[in-house]
Amino acid sequence: MSEVDISEESFTPIESSMGEEELIQIVAMHKWYGEFHVLKDINLAVKARERIVVCGPSGSGKSTLIRCLNRLEEHQQGTVIVNGIELTGDLKKIEEIRREVGIVFQHFNLFPHLTVLENCTLGPIWVRGTPKKEAEESAMKYLERVKIPEQALKFPGQLSGGQQQRVAIARSLCMNPKIMLFDEPTSALDPEMIKEVLDVMIELASTGMTMIVVSHEMGFAKTVADRVIFMDEGQIIEQNEPHEFFDNPQHERTQLFLSQILAH
Amino acid sequence: MTSSETQNPTNGSYPPGTHPDLPPPSTAYGPVHWIKVNLFGGVTNTVLTLLFAYMLWKIVPFLTEWMFLDAAFTGESRRDCEATAGGACWAFIGSRLQLFIYGFYPEAQRWRVDLTFVMLILALVPVLYDATPHRGKGLIFACLYPFIGGWLLIGGLGLESVSTDQFGGLMLNVIIGVTGIAFSLPIGIVLALGRQSHLPIVRILCVGFIEFIRGVPLITLLFVAAVMLSYFVPPGTNFDLLVRVLIMVTLFASGYMAEVIRGGLQAIPKGQYEAADGMGLRYWQVMRLVILPQALKISIPGIVNTFIGLYKDTTLVIVIGRLDILGIGNSSLADSKWQGLSTEVYVFVALFFFISCFSISRYSLYLEKKLHTEL
Ligand SMILES: Nc1ncnc2c1ncn2[C@@H]1O[C@H](COP(=O)(O)OP(=O)(O)OP(=O)(O)O)[C@@H](O)[C@H]1O
Ligand SMILES: [Mg+2]
Repeated sequence: MSEVDISEESFTPIESSMGEEELIQIVAMHKWYGEFHVLKDINLAVKARERIVVCGPSGSGKSTLIRCLNRLEEHQQGTVIVNGIELTGDLKKIEEIRREVGIVFQHFNLFPHLTVLENCTLGPIWVRGTPKKEAEESAMKYLERVKIPEQALKFPGQLSGGQQQRVAIARSLCMNPKIMLFDEPTSALDPEMIKEVLDVMIELASTGMTMIVVSHEMGFAKTVADRVIFMDEGQIIEQNEPHEFFDNPQHERTQLFLSQILAH
Repeated sequence: MTSSETQNPTNGSYPPGTHPDLPPPSTAYGPVHWIKVNLFGGVTNTVLTLLFAYMLWKIVPFLTEWMFLDAAFTGESRRDCEATAGGACWAFIGSRLQLFIYGFYPEAQRWRVDLTFVMLILALVPVLYDATPHRGKGLIFACLYPFIGGWLLIGGLGLESVSTDQFGGLMLNVIIGVTGIAFSLPIGIVLALGRQSHLPIVRILCVGFIEFIRGVPLITLLFVAAVMLSYFVPPGTNFDLLVRVLIMVTLFASGYMAEVIRGGLQAIPKGQYEAADGMGLRYWQVMRLVILPQALKISIPGIVNTFIGLYKDTTLVIVIGRLDILGIGNSSLADSKWQGLSTEVYVFVALFFFISCFSISRYSLYLEKKLHTEL
């Protein structure tokens, strides 16, 4: 909702959206919750290394959209292809995709009964079969990257919200994913913690990670995004390069939405 | 601490931001303070404290005298006891202690029961304490234990075989209780998970089973075990009665266990499933690594409640003609040499159960505390 102060220099863009490979392809996808038509005719292609920010009013289906990408929600019509694999009911394929797609949630969803380090090694050990010692070394590397290696042996309940969210990011990165999904990663955080999380995400973007981020952080979108997508009532209304999107919105619903979030 | 009054100047005498940490005034802590607040804080509290003290003063000396000071520990009959002391006649229990423990297990073979008990303790240690040295090997032993224990008690393969008809006394309670506890937890977990399954058949089967079990008294199931089950096995095969009882008691406890665990499962936020699924963990990994550790922790009080209930219900085998510790006690009362000593018998039996159940309960508190520090 707010524009957190992010110096544009802290972000060094490397050649992005130049990869040939389309990591995500959504064609004519529809989804219903019972009778409720929540996603309508979604078409979206995401190239490797592309960074996309999704925004839109509450209830517009942003979370549902990104959760359809790793099958936390299933779609009923259309095709979704992630990393070359089409998402169907096939459990093997779903597992294969989930291994390559990390997801970070609004409420962190860390495992409270495991230490920070165990949270980070759980996936690599049990999903990838990495030996414990190796998994721990790599987890420490990622914890350093999100700047909390000293908390490795604590339990999530002992950390602040910002620290927990950074652990959640590290936990996803430990799986070495090709794509990272973020569902409003900063909207449950106190203002002073938002920046520490965004900084980590900006750093991640600079390494060329393919990212889809549901967020209303305009500063972040302007700094990092290749494309901003605006959703309303289950449809993609408008998408554009960030400066153009924010300065010169085409659709009147986009204009209304932007005027509302800027009014804050 | 008297000087704290002078060290503790009025507010505002420190410049802002420089107030040091001071010890609390002595009236806020210490044993005197504790007694004042907890025992004599207010009229109701004081009355209760005095009433309780009066009861203790009446009961404790009486019990101590009856149970220990005035009790007879040796003697051959009730008359011997009365000749020497006015309190409890423990000689009666002592003279039948073997019966209370082993039932009718052949005397020459009783070392096997002792060995089974000792091994039970050895098997339990690694299961109960995760700091046990060589815990991995200990757990393997614990998994093998039911077979070793069964072989030791029943015999065969080199040991003289003993019919389970001869099992009795405390050993019967322990066998049924431990078996029921050990198997009802995993079965209960499976039933609870099955009840949440998205496969309707699995769900209906689990719900049906749980509701049936909870809707029928255990005594009925034991009668079924004693009488009816033999209709379902081919004629000629001998399906041991004790095994049938074990199955019934285990299934009965599993039904309750499933519901207790379901309560725990419902308390786990959806986000935990999503985070675990999102990593690509398989269903059983999600359950084993993420969901169950949290759900079981929440369910500990209910699980222990079920365990204790099951353990005490083992006395119900009396209805199908098996003499457990209570049954042995009851039948001992008929002995003309020792007539009229029912108080001693029931106190003894009650003590046995109390000690067992209280230990289970203490262990569960220890476990809860330990797990709590991890959250
Ligand atoms: N499990 C569900 N069952 C039924 N309806 C649902 C379910 N989850 C979400 N919805 C509905 O679907 C719509 C889209 O939800 P979604 O969570 O995707 O919105 P969102 O854009 O992420 O909103 P927010 O900004 O509030 O997170 C909402 O109207 C919501 O009420
Ligand atoms: Mg959402």
